[in-house]
Amino acid sequence: MTATIDRSTTTPPRPKRRATASREGTGPVRHSRRTKALVLGGVVFFTLYSLAPVWWLIVSATKNQSDLYTTNGLWFSDLHFTDNLKALFTYQDGIFLKWLWNTLYYGVVGTAGMTLVCVACGYGLAMYQFRGRGVLMGCIIGSFLVPHALLTIPSFLLFTDLRMVDTPSAIIVPSLFNAFSVYLAKVYAEGAIPPELIEAARIDGAGEYRIFFTVGARLMSTGAATIFLLGFVGSWNSFFGPLVFLRTPEKWTVMVGLYSWLKVKVDTSADLTGMVVVGSLLSLIPMVILMISMQRFWRSGVTLGSLK
Amino acid sequence: MAAVTESPSRAARLGWRRIMALKGASFTVPFFLGFLLFTVTPLVMALKESLYSEKGSGLGFGEKTVEFVGLDNFVEGFGDGRFWASMLRVGLFAVISIPVIQIASVGLALLLDAASQRVADRFRIPLLIPYMIPGIVATLIWIYLYSPVVGPLTPFLDLFGIDANFYGGELIWVSIGNLMAWSGIGFNMLIVYSALRSVDANVYDAARIDGASEWRIAWSIKVPLVRRSLVLTTVLSIIGTLQIFSDTMLFKSMAPETVTRDFTPIMAIYDWAFQQGNFNYASALSIILALVVGTASALFYRLTNKAPTS
Repeated sequence: MTATIDRSTTTPPRPKRRATASREGTGPVRHSRRTKALVLGGVVFFTLYSLAPVWWLIVSATKNQSDLYTTNGLWFSDLHFTDNLKALFTYQDGIFLKWLWNTLYYGVVGTAGMTLVCVACGYGLAMYQFRGRGVLMGCIIGSFLVPHALLTIPSFLLFTDLRMVDTPSAIIVPSLFNAFSVYLAKVYAEGAIPPELIEAARIDGAGEYRIFFTVGARLMSTGAATIFLLGFVGSWNSFFGPLVFLRTPEKWTVMVGLYSWLKVKVDTSADLTGMVVVGSLLSLIPMVILMISMQRFWRSGVTLGSLK
Repeated sequence: MAAVTESPSRAARLGWRRIMALKGASFTVPFFLGFLLFTVTPLVMALKESLYSEKGSGLGFGEKTVEFVGLDNFVEGFGDGRFWASMLRVGLFAVISIPVIQIASVGLALLLDAASQRVADRFRIPLLIPYMIPGIVATLIWIYLYSPVVGPLTPFLDLFGIDANFYGGELIWVSIGNLMAWSGIGFNMLIVYSALRSVDANVYDAARIDGASEWRIAWSIKVPLVRRSLVLTTVLSIIGTLQIFSDTMLFKSMAPETVTRDFTPIMAIYDWAFQQGNFNYASALSIILALVVGTASALFYRLTNKAPTS
């Protein structure tokens, strides 16, 4: 229950305090050759297990429908990647592109708003003493335990009353209020903002809102980036919400769209396997690029969250 | 504002403190308004819905009336054999799959921690690739890998004379378990690995001087030290597994005979709400599920946190 954050994970140069004496260096014990081989073998085994399915997906995305069924799944045959892309983007007047755009749109708008709302709330909870603060914190922690399914059905009824069903706002508006993000923001603010700095700004005559935008928000920018990234990934991956709240195919997200293509095979005799494979590959490229390039943010988010 | 701050009067200072506290509280207002509307309201509605029932006119025509039925929906839910069968199915699955996945995750974290810094740096990203893949896409990939027509797994096992049907009977649980392990091990490993990295190296050196082997160090020092992280990832897994929905929903598309519409508790709830249109009963079932998930997580947390950590 430490309020201070392990800042070592949020700053790029990771301290390698153990790498010197105890590991490879002059330490009294070194791993025997057999142990080393065992360790390496184990790591390689898990790596192959992690990567082989992705490899299959990449290879399959380059094949035409008949090769998909007849050739070895783990190696290339005739390259049809561009044909597949063309087919994917022209199918049903390019509905896949529409889905990609929707996913991006819901994700960017919803997550940007969520970051602002939740960072402000976390800042308020961390930096001010006011009546009811404990109750609010209790609500946030308590809501972690509420299962999603419990909220979905009444939310559907509520959104029907608010005329939000089958509109983008059914996805965007509820995503603005994320309790876990508030929790992350509060923990981050406690670690990143020295109260003396706020006090100093006050003495200089700055108002509370101005202090937030000029001092608080700037010091929290790393935390805010973490919250944005985790939120965006969550929204890109979400399935249950869009499945329940969006009815018109033109408004779907990529994940719901791919699911509908998978289902086609059962309902009719059409086979969209090739489309699903290429579509899946395309849908995860932005995620993998984003996560690899911003890994220090989500890794700090993961460790922040585990401090509970 | 500045003028007020400098005022020497005590009453004015107190007033200023109060205004500041109010301004501080105002930062939380947008969130809590939304929280009230999109979390608290649905929660209250779920409780209310579950106490009512929609009675049709018998022929399906005419006005439907909503009646207060008290705990009738819950009584029906607790006696619903198919719902509890789905709960038992998923519960059994969780009891087997979660420990296996956790052991594999800790094993991998220990391997990475025992490897040299260079090896650890080089392999960390590839090991985390499955974690970066959206759940639906991960499920799609494995559904195709398992497929007897497209996937390479069935012909491969055929070479050894094993006739495997990954979609059928009991094997479907192995298929789903493997999928969850594939997506989950990287994330769990990352949390355990970060916990391992924060341990002071002197502890290991002291153990080595006392003559402990690397295996002994791993078992008696490292594993107890990461217990807190392990409890956290296990609670998250329990919550996630009991609420399994999208994976099984996708498997249903490929194997409708095996994966029925009430295969998992959430699938049953989804079916009641959106296929049968019985929101009241579905609400009661979701509350029952929430109680079971809450009890299971709390019980696990209690049991594992009884003895003080190291």
